[in-house]
Formats: sequence, C-alpha cells, structure tokens
Amino acid sequence: MMVFDSLLTSVHSKLNQPFGGDTLSWIFTLLIYIFFAISILYGQRIQLYVWLREVEGSLYKLKRIRDEGRKIAIETIREIGKPADDPTERVDRFLEYFTIQPVSMDPARVVWKLEHILDVRDNRFKDEVKLMAPAADKTQINNLENTLEAALALNMIYKIIRHYYLLGKKTLSLYIIMQLQMIMPMIMREAEAYASALKAFAYGQPIGDGAGALVAAKLMRGYQKRKIAKDVVVATVPIEGRTAYVLKAEGPGGNVAKPGEAIKQLIEENNGKIASIIIIDAALKLEGEKTGEIAEGVGVAIGGPGVEQYKVEESLLQYKVPINAIVIKEDIADAVSPMRKEIFEAAENAINRIKRLIKERTKEGDTVIIAGIGNTIGIGQ
Amino acid sequence: MEESSQVKISTAFLIIIFLTLILSFVAIYVSISAVIWESDYTGALSWLLIGFIGLSLATYMLYQTRRRIRISIKPQPVMTTLVCEKCGFKNLREFKRGDYVFKETDEKCPKCNENMYIAAIYREVKEQK
Repeated sequence: MMVFDSLLTSVHSKLNQPFGGDTLSWIFTLLIYIFFAISILYGQRIQLYVWLREVEGSLYKLKRIRDEGRKIAIETIREIGKPADDPTERVDRFLEYFTIQPVSMDPARVVWKLEHILDVRDNRFKDEVKLMAPAADKTQINNLENTLEAALALNMIYKIIRHYYLLGKKTLSLYIIMQLQMIMPMIMREAEAYASALKAFAYGQPIGDGAGALVAAKLMRGYQKRKIAKDVVVATVPIEGRTAYVLKAEGPGGNVAKPGEAIKQLIEENNGKIASIIIIDAALKLEGEKTGEIAEGVGVAIGGPGVEQYKVEESLLQYKVPINAIVIKEDIADAVSPMRKEIFEAAENAINRIKRLIKERTKEGDTVIIAGIGNTIGIGQ
Repeated sequence: MEESSQVKISTAFLIIIFLTLILSFVAIYVSISAVIWESDYTGALSWLLIGFIGLSLATYMLYQTRRRIRISIKPQPVMTTLVCEKCGFKNLREFKRGDYVFKETDEKCPKCNENMYIAAIYREVKEQK
C-alpha cells in the first residue's frame, strides 16, 4: 500500500511539473489575452467566416434539394411519358431556360408584350414536354410541365444563391454575406415548398393554390360547361335567383389558364351588364393568421405577372362593373404543396360568403361573374 | 463547394479542435489533482469549469464537422374521399395517381353498388405548437 502511495505521489509530481498550477495559469491567461486580441482585431472577419459557413450549409442543402427535384422530374417523365431515349439531357436543358421581360422604358403596351412573351414561353414549354414524354395525355403534359417548372425554380434558386455566396467569398464583402445569411431562412422555406410541390405535381394532387378553382368547381358541378378563353371553362349557374357565370381553368391538369381574358370576354358578351364580379383566390397569410381563414375585399384578386389582372381592370373601368374579392389564406408552403384539409373545408365557407355577397350586393334577375382563380391541378369540373 | 458532395473541413479548424480538446483534458486533470493532492476545492472548481467549457466547445465543433445534411423529398400522406351520389356513403382511402376532385370512378358503393365519385382530396397536418 505504501509502495502504491509513493508511486502515485511520484507520478503526480512528475505530471504536475510541466502543468504546474502557475505554468497552467500562465498558459490560460495568455490564451485569454490572445482570444481578446483576436476578437478585437479579427472579430468581424471571424463573424464573416461563421456566416459564410452557415450559408455554405444552406447552399449544400439547396443543392441536394435541387438534385432531388431533377431526379423526380426525370423519373416522372420516364414513368408517364415512356420516352424512347433518355430524357436526362432534355431535362437538363429545360432547367436552364430563361425568360427575358420586355423593356419597360416606354411602358405603353408593355402588358401585351409581356403576355406575348409568356404565351411563347408556355407553348415552348408544352412542346418540350411533348417531345420528352410522347405517351403523356393533355392532363399529364400539364402536370409534367408544372413538375419541370418547379424543378426549374429550384435550379434557379440554387444558382442565384451560389452566385452570391461565391461573390461574397471572393470579395469578402460583409454586406453581401450578411444579406445572404439573413434571407437564407426565407429562401430555404421557399425551396422546401417547391420541393414538396414537385411531388404534388408529379402525382397530380390538388395544391393549396387551387382553392379558388375548387370553389368554382363545386359551384359549376352538374351544369353544362363551355370553353371560353384558352383553357378556361365557364358554366351558367342559377344562384339565389341570379344568373352566375362560374369560370375556372380547365382541370384536372395543372393549369392556371387565362381567367382575365375569360372575364373580359364575358363582360363584352353581356355588353357590360354585369351586376358584380366575384373573384376567389388563394392569398398568402400573415404569420399568426390561420390557414383556411377567409377574407373579403374589393379588387382583382389574380396573382401572377399581372397581365390577367390588367385585362380585368381595363374592362371594369370601361363598363364600371363593381368587383369583389374573396381570398382563402395560406402560407407559401401550403400554396404549392398538396391541399390541406383546412383549405379544402374553407371552400364551403367561401361558397356561403359568395351567396351572401350576391344577396347583399345584387338584385334578383341580375347577372354575376364568379371566377375561381388558381392552379387547377387535381381538380376537375 | 459547388461541385463536391461534402462540406470540406479545413486543417486549421481541426487543429484548433484538437488543441482545445487537449487543453480541456489538462484542465480537468489539474482540477482532479487539486482535489486529491492539495485539497484546494475552489481552484479545482475553476479548472473543472474551464475544462468542461473547453470540452463542450470542442465536442460541438467536432459534431458540426461530422454533421451530414440528409434531404429526401417524401410524398406527404394525401387522402381521397369517395362519395356515393345515391346513398351518400363515404369512403376514405389513400390517394392514387390519376385521382382528381369530381372524378367519376369505377369503385362501387358497398351499400348500393353505384359508382362513386371523388369528393375530396387533401392532406391532414398536425399543427406544431
């Protein structure tokens, strides 16, 4: 026992020599001084590297999402389209497509120029999808186009973020890196929303954005439908003693169509004798608001680049037609992912609101237009 | 970064982690020896604190380097509700490719043997508090 004790004492004293209380205190004090000096002189640079590392992590995640999206798009095309050749090359080319907006220095007719460019883009996309997936029917082509567009959006997000990341790294610009790091949570949310949209589009499931189309579909079910504008169907439905023209994009393929054009045509068909127009659409909710909440207002609730909204506003002005809007609230992730139960159930409440609005704002025998706006994927009529 | 599939770890970063780990273990050793050989409990507590802070910092940094981001886009469970127009019987099943709202299906109503139509397609989300 004595031998063991003396051995332990000798080991301890030997080990304690290099790390003796004073020596070690001195090392740690020195380390603290070095830490303070580094913090003062290089604090900002260290912060910069920390932010860069955070962005790098998110960028890596974005890359994985983008690759996964591309893989889903290729697999879906192979499964549905039964192409003779490997569609990978065509898909990769599609993911790099870009659209140049018309010049707006002279704003006259810019809306029509934009509409033309969007039409060309849409036709080009559809032609590409037809070549990629020769066995796909019209509905499937629309769904595949939506799938590819979601994959394209993910590719664009990844490339833009990578651009600013590399630019920030190259220039070590605090402002570029700081801004990037600050917006990253929002960007990631959007990317994740597009990622879930990919699956919904590939499977042809209704998405949250189709809330307006769902309301119109519910109203027009069982009534005769006719085509009015490009990919828009309209039905004449008696509601509360009024004649309602209910319109939506033709489903069940993924399509938003041209509801503005359809409303314009209906107003002109009736020589402007429309008592009221009611537009139903999905709208982005504010944080704290409940998904599926309904709000009422005035104005043309048509999203997108603004061409369709412009057409309706022009006709409204010409014939002085009152316009009402009903929106179903949801967040960006809900808008592009499979429709939530709350949004589906909100469609019934929206119909009740429409009926109340018609009763309050119009007289019996009047004509009204009810437009369900949004992507009609997975929603028939 | 743009071409590699893994986040690279710099050698300098690994050296810092390694040094922090060594210093932390030394601080813990000194704290133990202060208790055993010198009965200096106040000093021991300080060294123990320094040791554990360093150890946790190094472990956290090491964990960050080892962390792998796993992404998989899984389809969310989506339900389809079929309704019999005649008797109102409802049937809930998982979504199948080709389903759409208001589709007249070939699926028969178990009560009256009529064709059923798809009345709803949705996913249920459990709200996180």
